[in-house]
Amino acid sequence: MQRHLISAADLTRDDAVLILDTAEEMARVADRPIKKLPTLRGRTIVNLFFEDSTRTRISFEAAEKRLSADVINFTAKGSSVSKGESLKDTAQTLEAMGVDAVVIRHGASGAPYRLATSGWIDAAVINAGDGTHQHPTQALLDAFTMRRRLVGRDAGLGQDLSGRRITIVGDVLHSRVARSNVDLLHTLGAQVTLVAPPTLVPVGVHTWPCEVSYDLDSTLAKSDAVMMLRVQRERMNAAFFPTEREYSRRYGLDGLRMARMPEHAIVMHPGPMVRGMEITAEVADSDRCTVVEQVANGVSIRMAVLYLLLGGNEPAVTHTRTTEEK
Amino acid sequence: MSKILIRGAKVLGGEPQDVLIDGEIIAEVGTGLSDEGTVVVEADGKVLLPGLVDLHTHLREPGREDSETVLTGTRAAASGGFTAVFAMANTFPVADTAGVVEQVYRLGQEHGYCDVQPIGAVTVGLEGKKLAELGAMHESAAGVTVFSDDGKCVDDAVMMRRALEYVKAFGGVVAQHAQEPRLTEGAQMNEGVVSAELGLGGWPAVAEESIIARDVLLAEHVGSRVHICHLSTAGSVEIVRWAKSRGIDVTAEVTPHHLLLTDELVRSYNPVYKVNPPLRTERDVLALREALADGTIDIVATDHAPHPHEDKDCEWGAAAMGMVGLETALSVVQETMVATGLLDWAGVADRMSVKPAKIGRASGHGRPVSAGEPANLTLVDTAYRGSVDPAGFASRSRNTPYEGRELPGRVTHTWLRGKATLVDGKLT
Ligand SMILES: [Zn+2]
Repeated sequence: MQRHLISAADLTRDDAVLILDTAEEMARVADRPIKKLPTLRGRTIVNLFFEDSTRTRISFEAAEKRLSADVINFTAKGSSVSKGESLKDTAQTLEAMGVDAVVIRHGASGAPYRLATSGWIDAAVINAGDGTHQHPTQALLDAFTMRRRLVGRDAGLGQDLSGRRITIVGDVLHSRVARSNVDLLHTLGAQVTLVAPPTLVPVGVHTWPCEVSYDLDSTLAKSDAVMMLRVQRERMNAAFFPTEREYSRRYGLDGLRMARMPEHAIVMHPGPMVRGMEITAEVADSDRCTVVEQVANGVSIRMAVLYLLLGGNEPAVTHTRTTEEK
Repeated sequence: MSKILIRGAKVLGGEPQDVLIDGEIIAEVGTGLSDEGTVVVEADGKVLLPGLVDLHTHLREPGREDSETVLTGTRAAASGGFTAVFAMANTFPVADTAGVVEQVYRLGQEHGYCDVQPIGAVTVGLEGKKLAELGAMHESAAGVTVFSDDGKCVDDAVMMRRALEYVKAFGGVVAQHAQEPRLTEGAQMNEGVVSAELGLGGWPAVAEESIIARDVLLAEHVGSRVHICHLSTAGSVEIVRWAKSRGIDVTAEVTPHHLLLTDELVRSYNPVYKVNPPLRTERDVLALREALADGTIDIVATDHAPHPHEDKDCEWGAAAMGMVGLETALSVVQETMVATGLLDWAGVADRMSVKPAKIGRASGHGRPVSAGEPANLTLVDTAYRGSVDPAGFASRSRNTPYEGRELPGRVTHTWLRGKATLVDGKLT
């Protein structure tokens, strides 16, 4: 494992499988009466959020607290980042405070990379979403969810997603989730198809390790998982598509379309879901939809990442049990 | 003023010759000239060029003296072998009146390192709404002939048409920063494979090309002359080539960085590579070199854009756009054009001195190296190779993309009308 987690593309297959396996161990902690491990006691982790995201921040915070880390939340929303000085200044303040890891969410693509490589700070940097670039822990939790559902909880250990066919639908252009998933799923051996109107696919996508289709209906029957991305309504005003209704008709997932998917196939969504446009309530509430599991899995994945980045050399579970027996 | 004998210099890269400067002019060019009563500069196989002329420099004064001033910028110019620079209008206040352009012009004259020829804004405040007083700026002591809203595109077709027509009255030229604004909203880098991966807003080639296509057609229609700033794509080259073949009076410039660097460098997210227009692809770079060699692109211009450290030492999205370029321009041209065999030194003199002076109507510059001409000269040690160290820059800013990079060539001497501004690599 590298010292930082900036991009899903930085993970090798073995790194990724190790994280998924470790997360499986971490998930067991959630089933216990006391959901806490002493692993990161005495370590300080800062959640540095320049962009609002309650869900992601709470997920990281839960993971950090379950590992007994000291947690500092820093929300820079509202502070001026227009001159760009605040990232460096904040980083140096945190450095002075002896922080061990920084979980950063930033509106500018590349900000976590800059933080990790500019020499402003010595701590491990974990990207919790940067602009339209990457959101690697999201991709990891998605892969974790897929492996559990498509391979099996215990059968999945040590396994990747070879041969699975994953369809990602929606606003690929503005989606760090799509970018991260394409990278990670490819590394894990899955075949990815992106489906979107051509206006929401980036120029240059032909070099990505995936297929691109403009037609959702033709991909459904051969998908093991269909991941719906959030489409922001303001895209409509920027003429990315004509109307919400037309988008829904061509790229929305409703009961009829879900019925065309194979029996075992699942429906995923990074949340928060806007019911109606990209996904109907019927689909969102069906037991094939993994949104709630994804949230729970997010905590396990983030525990695994923090544990491994902050020096977890021994298998998490052995460590866990020894400390527990004391 | 004393006499100076430059001994054994390869004039424009040719056979070694002696060049005698007497006062402000070149008195004699030949072999075995007497050194009696002269200060001798042993050129020893170095290449002697007419003083370089930069049609596109940002000097930042007035308004952003923390990045650069006329003094520091002209010292940087002299270090890079330039004897004349055209200063862009996007200062604070904007150079859109006779008063501002005269101030900038006069500062250049007072400091004496390099002639400063101000460029006037096309529209008031660069806002694209109302023509600036182009005639008054032309008639001022600064004698402005080049007009540009550089930094911004004159995107309104009618405004561009009027400007092109209006400057015909005094032989002016409109220098266009070709950037269709709607197609580049939120743009951070070249739109393509790398931007898709990095998730940075794309600046598509077509946003440049569509404006160039429109402007050459406008220039043809009104019978005026248009200059394209920092042309950066292979498609732009094709449009300019077509326009020239059709007899349209268009000239174009390319920056040194667009001749050398590609958008692959943006993978570092290091804002030192953030520039407008953005670094393009390898294919574009090769097309630009080819076009500069065959004359489709007329000149090299630096787009020297100094920024203070804090405007670059931040995340990519927040960083200012631009690079300094005066002190490395000739080295980059040697690396990309001479070392590759695309241009000889006479060709470099043409693209970096003769043609830019002609486009900007700077009559005292870009002259032949021969008797009776103004002694604006640059001596280059072309055998030199070394890595770029911004700590030694005369520019007030250090935002160079070449830090630590090995480049060939070093300007050792610069003379402005017979007066040495740079001697043995040191400013006077
Ligand atoms: Zn420009």
